Amino acid sequence: MVRLRHNHGMTDITSRGYAHPEVLVSTEWVAAHLDDPLVRIVESNEDTLLYASGHIPNAVHVDWTADLNDPVRRDYITHKGFAALMSRIGATSETTVVFYGDKNNWWACYAFWVFQLFGHKNARVMDGGRLKWTKEGRPLTRDVPAMKPTKYRAAERNDKPVRAFRDQVLKHVTAKGQLVDVRSPEEYAGTRMHMPDYPNEGALRGGHIPGAKSVPWAKAIDPEDGTFRPASELVDLYVKTNKLKKDKPTIAYCRIGERSSHTWFALKYLLGFKNVKNYDGSWTEWGNSVGLPIEK
Amino acid sequence: MALPAKLGEVLELFDTFDDPLDRTNLLLSYADQFKEVPNAVARRPFGCEHRVPHCESEAYVWAMKQPDGTLKLHFAVENPSGVSARALAAILDRTLSGRPAAEIAEVTPDIVERIFRQNISMGKGMGLMSMVQAVRSLAQAAAR
Repeated sequence: MVRLRHNHGMTDITSRGYAHPEVLVSTEWVAAHLDDPLVRIVESNEDTLLYASGHIPNAVHVDWTADLNDPVRRDYITHKGFAALMSRIGATSETTVVFYGDKNNWWACYAFWVFQLFGHKNARVMDGGRLKWTKEGRPLTRDVPAMKPTKYRAAERNDKPVRAFRDQVLKHVTAKGQLVDVRSPEEYAGTRMHMPDYPNEGALRGGHIPGAKSVPWAKAIDPEDGTFRPASELVDLYVKTNKLKKDKPTIAYCRIGERSSHTWFALKYLLGFKNVKNYDGSWTEWGNSVGLPIEK
Repeated sequence: MALPAKLGEVLELFDTFDDPLDRTNLLLSYADQFKEVPNAVARRPFGCEHRVPHCESEAYVWAMKQPDGTLKLHFAVENPSGVSARALAAILDRTLSGRPAAEIAEVTPDIVERIFRQNISMGKGMGLMSMVQAVRSLAQAAAR
């Protein structure tokens, strides 16, 4: 049963006390904009078959491996790749891109974060993602919309505002800066080298980056319907319990930067943290690098 | 030992599909054919001894020995988003059920790469390989 507070659409989102409530849209809002030419609905999941098995009408698919990552290097696409992607999904710089997906919008937030590397600010996340949409009995289709290709002038990728690299993280550690480890407590403790129910993807050492607070990413979510918890509960979690300060530079990390993009989203937009970056190298880089400090 | 004939045919079919969209549609057609383990074989909560390790789609597998000595495979996939796991389960059931345990025991997890190719991430691929390994382990035990 969907709880009452989630039945009020946008009013509900704006009443939750977020610093930037405009980055979230409700399922009701999306249902009312399915045919809006200025809105492009984008589904991103881990399982690439999930979109094909049924998606929101007129939604397009953005696959995190094939569409967002460089096919050879461990890096993201260039601005040329981003322009081609936006052309394929029929988006211009004026288009409001609304992301949603499974696993409480884990991959949707990752795609949202990658879009910010190219400065596409006109982006939103559908609160609750696939879980809420399907729980509400809203329609899914297998029809893939044919989008008219656009000419999108992409800016050069600018990593600096939202992305952290290994050497920056090391300096941050030395300066005793704020870090959030969003993996499971077992991964944080180093007793497990991978996510529960996931295989080991090759980190040679277990543990966490020194000084990092352990706040598993899904704690920001109401598991009943996948929506973000209200600001008061997020403040309890991040600020009161884990002593993270909004005005201090903060770096979030996980295994490859996907779960931590979800926390990055919550800290930056919902709580208004002033300077928060996602370290996508994350544990698969840190736990394999020679000589980097590790805490257990 | 050669692959079971039906599995070999399916793998050859996937080999001919280079277009990712065509492969996606073929995988989806298998996922649509997925049939969950019947109540006569297992009921929820399923025993953890049947759970496929490292598969985040929460897949379960059973191998039932038939009177003629062959095996009948059954699967359950508890994660509603586990479309790839359901596709693989349907392929394994359709191509391996009815074959002798010793023959199924020769099937190795690398078939996952031939079936899914670009359609899976590394983590997802390893979970699916675990499904094949679980089938293989049950078949090896049944063949002893």
